[in-house]
Amino acid sequence: MLACSNASRVKSGDFLYGEGCHFFARHQPVLLFIAMSDLSVTPPGASPNVKKISEAVIRFAGNSQDGIQSLGGFLARLAGRSEQEVMTFMTIPATISGGPSIFQVRIASGDVLTSGDDADVLLAFYQHSYEAHIGSLKKGGIVVYDSDQVQPNPELQSKYRHVGVPITNLTVEAIGGTSKDKGKNMYALGLVAKMFDLNVSKLEALITERFGSKEVVLRNSLLAFHAGYSYSLGNLIETFQFVEGHNKGMQQVVMNGNEALAYGLIAAGVRFGAAYPITPWTDVMEIMRRELPKYGGVFVQCEDEIASVSMALGASYGGRVAVTGSSGPGIALKSEAISWGVMAEMPLVVIDVQRGGPSTGLPTAVEQSDLNIAVFGGHGDSPRVVLAATSVEDCFYTAIEAVNIARKYSVPVIVLSDQALATRIEAFEHPNLQKVCQDISPRFDPVSEAKPYDLSAPDGVARHVPPGTPILNGKYPIATGLEHDEMGRPASPKLHGPMVAKRRKKLQLLGAELKAPETYAAKEGDILLVGWGSTLGPIREAVDRARADGESVAALHLRHISPLPNGLEEIFARFSHVITVEMNDEGLYGYGQLAGLLRSRYCDPKIRSLNKTDGLTFKVKEIVERVGKDAIAAMKKF
Amino acid sequence: MSESVIETLPVASAAPRKVTRKDLTGEHSTWCPGCGDFSVLALYLKLLEKRQFPQESVANVAGIGCSSRFPYFVQTNGVHYIHGRALPFATGISLTRPDLHVFVFGGDGDGFSIGGNHTTHTARKNVNMTYVVMDNWVYGLTKNQTSPTSPLGSKTKTDIWGSVDQPINPIKQLLAAGATFIARTSSTNPNHLLQMMEAAVDHEGFGVIECLSECVHFNPGSFDAASPRTNGKFELIPASHDVTDEEAAYKLAAAPFPGYFGIFYKSSRPTKNKLEADIITAQQSKTQGKQDWEIMQASFGKMK
Repeated sequence: MLACSNASRVKSGDFLYGEGCHFFARHQPVLLFIAMSDLSVTPPGASPNVKKISEAVIRFAGNSQDGIQSLGGFLARLAGRSEQEVMTFMTIPATISGGPSIFQVRIASGDVLTSGDDADVLLAFYQHSYEAHIGSLKKGGIVVYDSDQVQPNPELQSKYRHVGVPITNLTVEAIGGTSKDKGKNMYALGLVAKMFDLNVSKLEALITERFGSKEVVLRNSLLAFHAGYSYSLGNLIETFQFVEGHNKGMQQVVMNGNEALAYGLIAAGVRFGAAYPITPWTDVMEIMRRELPKYGGVFVQCEDEIASVSMALGASYGGRVAVTGSSGPGIALKSEAISWGVMAEMPLVVIDVQRGGPSTGLPTAVEQSDLNIAVFGGHGDSPRVVLAATSVEDCFYTAIEAVNIARKYSVPVIVLSDQALATRIEAFEHPNLQKVCQDISPRFDPVSEAKPYDLSAPDGVARHVPPGTPILNGKYPIATGLEHDEMGRPASPKLHGPMVAKRRKKLQLLGAELKAPETYAAKEGDILLVGWGSTLGPIREAVDRARADGESVAALHLRHISPLPNGLEEIFARFSHVITVEMNDEGLYGYGQLAGLLRSRYCDPKIRSLNKTDGLTFKVKEIVERVGKDAIAAMKKF
Repeated sequence: MSESVIETLPVASAAPRKVTRKDLTGEHSTWCPGCGDFSVLALYLKLLEKRQFPQESVANVAGIGCSSRFPYFVQTNGVHYIHGRALPFATGISLTRPDLHVFVFGGDGDGFSIGGNHTTHTARKNVNMTYVVMDNWVYGLTKNQTSPTSPLGSKTKTDIWGSVDQPINPIKQLLAAGATFIARTSSTNPNHLLQMMEAAVDHEGFGVIECLSECVHFNPGSFDAASPRTNGKFELIPASHDVTDEEAAYKLAAAPFPGYFGIFYKSSRPTKNKLEADIITAQQSKTQGKQDWEIMQASFGKMK
């Protein structure tokens, strides 16, 4: 009787996925999974005006100065504290203040892989919000609009359920004074809390934690919140109640991708960073500037991108791997120095929070178009390591992995995140920090000799001794960008070949150590979707839906972009089509950046790609529509 | 309490025996015979010997150019970095390793052209290190192109009719940027060169020396007017000059070539090293006795 849109995916999961295919091992399959779109269904025992639901997608649409982000943030944090899964999605205009902005929250008692394609509830603050976003509602969805600002379209009244609330005036009534534009977000939070029977005392605690230091703001926020909560919404529509989350008993933390990167780096033992502000990277440096001194570290805001990477390399040379970061344009500026790091074999972590490019491009929109510069953006033969984080939780652990690879292989490691991952909020299992936090302080014990670029080292990895280490034979090496001998002294071209090979071989060794990822949903079939980075969620949901429709589709997600793990060719061989799913252009030759990399390694013409460049994350249905057998067959062949 | 990288790194242990000039001599230098840079190298080795800095406690950083080959010729920790960016690299060392003596060597191209931005900002930040600019008014390594300090009318391969771009006055530039120790010397006056290097090393902060260092190959005789040995004049800054007087320093720097030699400006503005260490001390006073993971646990407690 609990028919709903998501039941089929859970059902298919039970008998098709087999063992070990689920990405998050801690998540058990969820059997009770009712979506809000099935509002007509009332489970037995529930009061007719309170519907039990297992998930909801709520979209707030207003202007960026209305505090839409903090409103969504409160809901996300509440979900984290209520043992529920949550994922958010936001857009912001590239202006300091003003401009349309949205924040979408998907809360569920079961797994959440994406922020949701379509919304169950739209809260529209303005006419432009109403008009631009009503189409994002599911059929039969509820639009709550500020009746002081919005004139609803009569033609849409039958398609969507309309609830008008004079939010502007009621907020002024609640707070008084001239706070006309302030506090509407908190009023709306009250409305939503009532609508979804959210835990009021937990929300009050969150509001108090957020605004506690500003007495007037706190008072007004609570007044507006309670006014919204007291509004007699229940007379207009039924209210909803989430079933208990399946993460019961699990301690969760709630943060966005940039926060997870910053804390991951600190947990890994990084105590020095340097950068220049650029959207959407900037919060990472802001957080590290604020946090590092507590741990005895420093983050420096530099005069430019080149100074930043140079300062980080200098600190790494000092004995402790350091970090710099940016977005695409800044990564381009850092390229020469990163290649020095490759040549001098200096450990370094470079974070690239990708945005739409090239050039200034789309500063506040998402794209995955920096794979090529990350992997190939060096002059000369300059192999480096490139990792791509897949979720907010994975940002935390990828940062640690990057630090450890940089140290072990004495090489620059680039971590690719992106604008959507940077700004979306997720709840994830609280890491065991006592176990995870590393001490990577340098040691300065005397050594008898130091030969960093030892050609006879079996792994080919340079072994630097940090300055301050007495070298008893009195021969001090040079860290250098010139082609060099084993001590770092300028070398003749005949040493270039062996040294180039040395720098390449150590990363081939790393590639051999990496385990090929498991496929998702099936080990063989017609179509294998290959993704990288933040698209993991929508690709998996798309696979679930396509399989429910009878398509033979599976997925593979890559976290290690360069070097690639070995063994992918065996996985590809079990599928008729290998299609990468990427937020970048199909390029001059018809395939995206990852597809190009895979084709160059495997020379396999069945590798093609599904691309998009609209500055938005993949919707599940976009992928589903384009992965049907017919759609794949119709793809151009090159 | 968590370890502070700024304050509590182990201090490099003292060398067990006397450091000799032989210990400190590195690779055979590749400069042209007669190059002014030889003199800078010789006096730098003399300085290290005189101060008895243990070899492991010295880090020499350079960018690209003839003078930037410097680290290969000294037997201590050395870094041969990319063009123009030696200063931020050295800043990364200085801020994380207060136990080290950080020196940067470079030319006029590194300091005032490709790396001009970094000279300005390292001066502004007042990072603790010593920076010696060997100014030869020409790009020598790439074989005779105009440099940012080439006088108007210099005939080079990129200005065959004589250069037309106004040269930079390094001392004025450094004053405007807020450098806290600015001196000028010449490779032809060894005693003065050593004296300036010693004063720069003793300075707490960013100590910069502009050292005229003749390119005998492309610019022979260019600095004759600055040396009595070639019938020129090595005029010291008047003893009456107040080194804390920025305006007076600016006026002295405006004197036509060969100008004045000595310390133009010196102030005791706090270093970035100290200011950052103060921030750490203040922040760590709130987390006393806590392990790193406990500090993060407290932060995560607010992210629920």
